[in-house]
Amino acid sequence: MTPAPALSVEGLSVEFRTRSGAVRALENVSFRVAKGETVALVGESGSGKSVTAYAVMGILDPAGRVTAGRAMLGDLDLLAATPKELANVRGRKIAMIFQNPRTALNPIRPVGRQIADVLICHGNVSRRAAPAQAVEMLRAVGITDPARRAKAYPFEMSGGMCQRVMIAIALAAKPTLLIADEPTTGLDVTTQAVIMDLINDLAKELGMATIFITHDLALAGQRSARIVVMHAGHVVENAPTADLFANPRHPYTAELIAATPDSAASLDELAAIAGSLPDLRRADLPPCRYSERCPRKIAACAQPLPLAAPDAAHFVACWNPLPAQVVVAPTVSAA
Amino acid sequence: MTALLDIADVSKWFPAGAGPGAWARLKRRLSGGVEKLPKVYAVDDVSFAIAKGETVGLVGESGCGKSTLVRALTRLIDVSQGSVKLGSRELALKPARVFARDRDRARIQMVFQDAGESVNPRFTAFAAIADPLRRLRKLRGNALKERVETVAGQCGLPLQLLSRFPHQLSGGQRARVGIARAIAVEPDLLVLDEPTAALDVSVQVVVLQLLQRLKKELGMSYLFVSHDLSVVRLLCDRVLVMYLGKIVEAGPAAKVFEHPLHPYTQALVAAVPRLHETASRLRLTGEPRSPIDPDPNACRFYGRCPHGVDACKTTMPALDAFGDRQVACHFAESFLPQPRIAS
Repeated sequence: MTPAPALSVEGLSVEFRTRSGAVRALENVSFRVAKGETVALVGESGSGKSVTAYAVMGILDPAGRVTAGRAMLGDLDLLAATPKELANVRGRKIAMIFQNPRTALNPIRPVGRQIADVLICHGNVSRRAAPAQAVEMLRAVGITDPARRAKAYPFEMSGGMCQRVMIAIALAAKPTLLIADEPTTGLDVTTQAVIMDLINDLAKELGMATIFITHDLALAGQRSARIVVMHAGHVVENAPTADLFANPRHPYTAELIAATPDSAASLDELAAIAGSLPDLRRADLPPCRYSERCPRKIAACAQPLPLAAPDAAHFVACWNPLPAQVVVAPTVSAA
Repeated sequence: MTALLDIADVSKWFPAGAGPGAWARLKRRLSGGVEKLPKVYAVDDVSFAIAKGETVGLVGESGCGKSTLVRALTRLIDVSQGSVKLGSRELALKPARVFARDRDRARIQMVFQDAGESVNPRFTAFAAIADPLRRLRKLRGNALKERVETVAGQCGLPLQLLSRFPHQLSGGQRARVGIARAIAVEPDLLVLDEPTAALDVSVQVVVLQLLQRLKKELGMSYLFVSHDLSVVRLLCDRVLVMYLGKIVEAGPAAKVFEHPLHPYTQALVAAVPRLHETASRLRLTGEPRSPIDPDPNACRFYGRCPHGVDACKTTMPALDAFGDRQVACHFAESFLPQPRIAS
C-alpha cells in the first residue's frame, strides 16, 4: 500500500485576471506527495510549476484566483483554509525555499537573527534560547564557523551560503512538507550538487515530503523518486523517475528528454521542440494544450483530456500516447 | 592552423577596496611609508590561442575570472600585463577607449548573456542590429536596411519582428537579436558569454544549432563561455577550465569531460547532473580561496582539493603538457589513463 500522502493536490485550477483577459494558468492539476518522498515538478518556464507551489502555499499574487480544486495537507484543505489557519501551517508544516536566496532573505538583518525569528515564531523556542539554536541550525546546514557567520548579513555571503541559510530557515520548525522552487538556479554546478545533497539528506533525516521544482530534467531525475511533467498549466505525465526516463509516454515528455543536452552525442542529435506555449488567454484553447505542437495529434485530441487518477503509478494525459514498453523495468520504490 | 587570437601571460588585477585596515593603511601612508595596496588577481598569467574556425569553451565557477578574461581579450577593458594578439597585430597596448574606434574592433564581437538585459530597451530589434553597422561599417540608408535584413534572415529572425522592442520579443527571439547584432559586422572571433543560460531547453537547442550553422557558413571562431558543461561538450572542440584566475586544465572537449585530469575538473564533471545516472558523490567542500593577493607559491586549489599534500602549499604547479592536453597539477600524471604515455 502507498502510505498516506503528505500532500494531495486534486483538480487545482488557477486563473489570473489581466487587462487583456483571464489567463488560465493552471487547469485540473492533480498529484500526490507521500511522506518522505521527493516529487519533482518539471516543465519549461510558463508551464505553471511555480504557480502550483504558490497556490498551495496560499501566496498567489492578488490577481490570481483558485477557481477549483483541493490541496489536502492531512485533514486541512489549504485552498479553503482561513488566513489564520494558513498562518498556523506555513513555516510549521509547510516551508518553502525560494529561487533567489539573496532577494528572499532580509538584507538588513543578520542571518542568525532571521533564523532565530523563525524559531521563536514557529518552533516553540524561547527568545533566550533562539540565538544559540540558530547557530546550531547554521552548523547543521554545513556552514563553517557558524557562530561568526550568524552575525553576517546576506550581502556578506556567497550565493551558496545564502541558500544554506534559506534552507536553515525553511527547516527551522521541522516541517512535514518542503517546497523547493528552483533552489539551485543561479548557483554553480559544484555548489548545486552540495546544496541538493543537503536538501536530500535533511529531507531523509526528518522524513519530510519534498516538492522539488526545476526546469532541469537531468537534475530532477537524480534527485526525486517521481517526476510530474507540466506543460502550459496541465500535468501531462506523472511517473516514477526511472519509469519516466525508460518509457516516456507523453510526446512532450519524450521531446523534452530528447532536447536535454546530456542525452546526445552531438548537437545534430538534439531535437528541438516545435512551436511554443499557447497563449493561455485564448478562449478557444484546445482541451490538450500541447495538441497544436504535437507530432502525434489525432482526431480524438479534440475531446477533453483523460483525467488524472491521483494514485495511478504512471499517469499520462494523452489520447495517443507513445506505446508502453512490454518489459517494464522494476520501478524504483519511492522510499 | 594559424592562431587567430593569441594571448600570452595575460593578467588583470583590480585594486582591492577599502577593506578592514584601510584606515590603518592610510595613516601609515600619510606618515611617509610606501604602501603596497592589496590587489584582486582576477586573471593571473593566462595564455592560450584560438585557431581560425575553432570553437573553444571556457568553463569555471562564478568568480573564477571567466568574464574578466573575456572582457580583457575582447578589449572592453585594459589588461594589466601580457599580450593579446589578433593575427599578427598586438592589441594589448591600445587603451580600450581607443580600440572602440579601431579598424579591428569589428573583428572581435561579443554575444552577451541575456539579450533582454544587454540590448538597449529603447532600441527596436532593427536599431539594435543596425547600431554596430552604423558605427563600424558606416552604413546608412538602404545599404544599412539591406544588411540588417540579411543578418536577421541568417539568424532566423522574421523580418516583421524587427520593429519590436526587446520586451515584446520572446527569450529565443531576443537571443537571435543578440547574435544578429554581433555577427552583423562579420567578426572573425565571436565571444559568447553564456548565450543560452536564460533559455528553456527546447529553445536552447534551437539557438545552439543556429550557432553551429552560422559558424560553418561564416567561418568564425568561437570562444564559448558557459557553466553548462553538457552544452560545452556538444559545441566545443577544445575546452579551458579556469579556477581562481588560472587555467588549470585545457584539452579536447571530449577527452577532458570523459577523463578529467585536474582534481577540480574531476569535481566539476562529477557535479553535472546526468539523465541516466545517479548522482556521484565526489564533492568539493568549502569555498574558493580569496583572490586578493593569493600566495604565488601555492596551488590555488589547495584546501579544497581532495589530493592536496604539503608540496601543493609551497609550489605552484605549472600548466604542463600531457599529449594534446595541459594540466596544472602535481599529480596529473597519476590521473592519466593507464599506459598511454604522453608523447
